[in-house]
Amino acid sequence: MITKQKGKIPLKLAIASGKGGTGKTTVAVNLFHFISKKFAQKIQLIDCDVEEPNDLLFIQNAEFLTEEIATQLIPVIDNSKCTYCRKCVSYCEFNAIVVIPPVQFAEVNSSLCHSCGACVVACEYGAITENPEEIGTIRNYRVGPDRMLTEGRLKIGSAMQTMLIKQVKQHAREDMDMVIFDAPPGTSCPVVETVVDADYVILVTEPTPFGLYDLKLTVEMLREIGKPFGVIINKAGMGDHKVQNFLSDQHIEILGEIPYSREYASKYATGNILKNTNSETEIQYEAIIRKLMDRNTEDERDNDLKR
Amino acid sequence: MKEITILSGKGGTGKTSITAALASIASQAVFCDNDVDAADLHLIMRPTIREEHTFLGGWTATINENICNDCGICADICRFDAIHLNGHERLEINPFSCDGCRLCERLCPVQAITSAQSTNNSWYVSDTRFGVLVHAKMGPGEENSGKLVSEVRKKAKELAIEGDARYLINDGPPGIGCAAISSLTGTDLVIMVIESTISGLHDVRRLYELIQIFSIPTYALLNKIDINPLSTSEIEEFLKEKSIPLLGKIPFDERMVEAMIEGKTIIEFNESLETSKVIMEAWNKIENL
Repeated sequence: MITKQKGKIPLKLAIASGKGGTGKTTVAVNLFHFISKKFAQKIQLIDCDVEEPNDLLFIQNAEFLTEEIATQLIPVIDNSKCTYCRKCVSYCEFNAIVVIPPVQFAEVNSSLCHSCGACVVACEYGAITENPEEIGTIRNYRVGPDRMLTEGRLKIGSAMQTMLIKQVKQHAREDMDMVIFDAPPGTSCPVVETVVDADYVILVTEPTPFGLYDLKLTVEMLREIGKPFGVIINKAGMGDHKVQNFLSDQHIEILGEIPYSREYASKYATGNILKNTNSETEIQYEAIIRKLMDRNTEDERDNDLKR
Repeated sequence: MKEITILSGKGGTGKTSITAALASIASQAVFCDNDVDAADLHLIMRPTIREEHTFLGGWTATINENICNDCGICADICRFDAIHLNGHERLEINPFSCDGCRLCERLCPVQAITSAQSTNNSWYVSDTRFGVLVHAKMGPGEENSGKLVSEVRKKAKELAIEGDARYLINDGPPGIGCAAISSLTGTDLVIMVIESTISGLHDVRRLYELIQIFSIPTYALLNKIDINPLSTSEIEEFLKEKSIPLLGKIPFDERMVEAMIEGKTIIEFNESLETSKVIMEAWNKIENL
């Protein structure tokens, strides 16, 4: 059982994949379920796949607690003060401001704005102020007495997913023993934002050529930012052995292999993966969790020795 | 020339395998991989690269420690929380948090900050056995995938028009964020590949709402329909409710993976399979629109 020592921050895990549809959500939801059953009491799952958040679909006893509207600051130009000097345009790296002096036109395109504040600094006439605009919602749920689910949900039409992920992550609670971040697919900025504060990253892959190719990209990304990670091979038995070969050549830890099962896929299809879990699934996840725990206690011991 | 974009909301629903299958069927078409983040279409189309181009990505700022006097103005104005004191009590920029707005560079009183544009992204024009493919490879952790999507689409469109192609087929990214929006704007038709699961439906609802903003004609192709008949009927109800025409229902077929392993499209693998037939019929419907 891991219980957080007083004053210590919770252990943070992130689940990522590169390729979509390899089973990130399945693994995140199962780890959330089985870790709390035996290994840690207070655990929070944070769905950072804000474009398509799915964790809630698989957690039946979630009880809604709070909702917060996530916003970004969008500059507004006051035409009565604007001199159409275009300094704000030259400061904006995202081409979000259009100023046409002859026709006295000045406007901000909010869908391109990154809310960096450069235009406000640029304007010498106090013509630019900022107003919050919605980019999505952040909802908190209670799952049983000690568990929490936090979900970020991007407003449809917003392109500011990375900014929302940053805000969602701030809902990680210090009083938890463990926090799990479920990342979006891919390998670019939204994924980096999700994993950047994690202590350890679990990559979920599948033994197919697409799975392998995207796994390699994700491994490259994690090595570049210097995160420790291990891999779960989902749908093992389908496809070929090239993923296993790659992982052993690269000395990457395999945390577990979850066999492909058509019956399980069918349970997933209706959202029932946590209902009537069979002992086989439980054994597989327990083995994965024990591997994770061993790793973390080793890391902690190493850190203690260094101190 | 008609531009068609394949999207799904959820990842792993079969977008790329289906795009590849369409490559086997569609004649006089140009192809474009819009999933620049985790591009996989080339694994089946096996392109011979004709042109390689560097795509200039976002800016990243760095501080020259020899000039910096640690005044802290940059850290105060940075809205991305990217500037912190390092282990030696010197100011440092975390390149993974830096958004590239360059405000710190402009405000630094001693000009200690410079920014550089990433050259870690490439895009390619290639020849394949099905025709021209425009595709890209992003450096790990890079920003601006939306801009790179626009870039490859622009080039693919030029080539399609130049070559008098009848179709431009885009293999889209998952999600509904900046990359999906970039692959959607200005396209003529969207095919939504929907996986028969609760998350497949949840995600396609959000995708459809996004497509509605742009008022683009939309068609649906169901995939893996025999995983669970219950979810399939729920999705069909959704399509009916929104009057989205259904192009076909593809069974859950493990031979899709076998074909992928051989670097073949499902049509090349075996065109008499039910899966192949459904996709051919679906394309037929598109041709006759």
